Amino acid sequence: MGRTLAEKILLAHADADEIAPGDFVMVRCDVVMANDLGGPHAARELVKMGVDRVFDPSKVVIVADHLMPAKDIRAAELLKALKEWCDRQGVTYYDQGRGGIEHTVLVEEGWVVPGSMIVGADSHSCTYGALGAFGTGMGATDIAGAMALGSFWQIVPGTIVVEFAGVKGAFVTGKDLILALIAEIGVAGATSMALEFAGDGAAALTIDERLAVSNMAVEAGADTGIFPADDVTAAYLDGRTDRPWQAERTDDDAEVAAHVRIDLAALPPLIALPHSPGNVVPVSDAVGRKIDQVYIGNCANGTMTDLRQAAEILRGRSVHRDCRAIIVPASQKIYRQALAEGLLDAFVEAGCIVMTPTCGACLGGHSGIIAGGESAITTTNRNFKGRMGSNEAFVHLANAWVAAAAAVAGEIVHPADVIGAVAA
Amino acid sequence: MTLEGQAVVIDQDNVDTDVMYPGQFIGILDDDEMAKHLFEGLDPSLRDQLVGETILVAGANFGTGSSRENVPAAMRAAGIRCVVAKSFARIFQRNCINLGLPAIPCPQAVAAARPGAHVSIEVESGTVHVDGRAFQAAALPPFMVELLNEGGLAPWIRNRRVGSGRRA
Repeated sequence: MGRTLAEKILLAHADADEIAPGDFVMVRCDVVMANDLGGPHAARELVKMGVDRVFDPSKVVIVADHLMPAKDIRAAELLKALKEWCDRQGVTYYDQGRGGIEHTVLVEEGWVVPGSMIVGADSHSCTYGALGAFGTGMGATDIAGAMALGSFWQIVPGTIVVEFAGVKGAFVTGKDLILALIAEIGVAGATSMALEFAGDGAAALTIDERLAVSNMAVEAGADTGIFPADDVTAAYLDGRTDRPWQAERTDDDAEVAAHVRIDLAALPPLIALPHSPGNVVPVSDAVGRKIDQVYIGNCANGTMTDLRQAAEILRGRSVHRDCRAIIVPASQKIYRQALAEGLLDAFVEAGCIVMTPTCGACLGGHSGIIAGGESAITTTNRNFKGRMGSNEAFVHLANAWVAAAAAVAGEIVHPADVIGAVAA
Repeated sequence: MTLEGQAVVIDQDNVDTDVMYPGQFIGILDDDEMAKHLFEGLDPSLRDQLVGETILVAGANFGTGSSRENVPAAMRAAGIRCVVAKSFARIFQRNCINLGLPAIPCPQAVAAARPGAHVSIEVESGTVHVDGRAFQAAALPPFMVELLNEGGLAPWIRNRRVGSGRRA
């Protein structure tokens, strides 16, 4: 019997000769990541574990992003203590102004290669699947354990193969592909599963689009969501990393738990209505909903691809007088590139504010909280009740075309109705 | 290990960790301080029911979303001894087990449990009693039971004297 890609990666990192879904295994990690929330918490748990030093400082990386720039004194104290801890441990620390949003930074900086096992103290660590890695999110104690032992406990997941078939149309992005999947299988549809993205539609996606897809695997309950490495992956990694890797794929005779097919030619731009990422309808069904704030950014959709799409809508137009728009490039590198391409100028001229890379308002932390009764449209990954501020606010998830179009119209609108037709 | 207490019931599916512990409180590191904000976005009055030893009874895909460990840490600090749900989101269940808080999937027991019911859980066997009626949950893997018996992942590692980051 053959093996799935997820099983191959797990087996290569486990002290076992054979594994099958449902098996309990201890799994070695290549990279252990924490941010400025899980990091301080994990440091505290390490003390409880009686552990003075992380297992291998070269494999531990910390990124300041959730509380950064410090929103209050408590955040400032946590960030200060975190930097001191990183210096003592000798681990890599992406401080304010040095990195950006954790998952984007790890991908950009070459920490993630196909076949690697990466655990992060953030649920969206499944993002690393975009590069063919087994990335998975966990809590702070789990991460402290991984920092202590270099390994973590895991139940081997089954695999759901998601076939993206055909060519997607105009204004349809990676965001729509993953929203379509969550709508199809439900927010718990991939619990105890790894997703594997396949088909000609998957192979045609850029890395930015794959990041958007893998990022929301956890929104279907999955352990991870993996794109098998291919030429697109190799081109992206060329010159970015010196970590060795080789492409693996699922064997033809591997047993998979399910096969789901998403027909891209029939897929319109989608929107997840409040208060669930699984509450998905075509944008055309939500047209006319008033929008108070637009947020384009985060670890799912704060890439150059997203910013270019948003700029195509916003350049030469104005944010509606009853709407506010926030642009959050996901990393310092993206910020500079957007600056060089003139995108940030176009955003500011249109009446947007451009934020430094941060998780900020995405999780209702700071820098763009919304009030009761307000509606937001965002390119982020969660629209739970209260997620971005008031418990009485409403959050809609969509791609950058749709979000930017709403900023201009002050209400949900199909992007074609703002800028006319564009090539896919 | 047997745990018992009065049922506090959350009769909803897909309850996420954001509503159980909103992002504005996420920088808090003290467990007792966290407990003051538990369920803030869901129903703050649930906190009033957390008197003495309690068993939280919840719906399907309980704890979906963010990996924030504040939720099980606050639950533990608030006197919740065990969570019985129709099913769990993966990261939340991991976090509970790692903190020594049993998270037992048992839909039949959830269906039977009314607020205030007496619930007891025999962790090794997976037997859940609701007002005397017995329900059988799938037994947790032995390693999870071992973690729970030792109080969670931190004491489990400490007990194995990992010391400098390597097993002694």
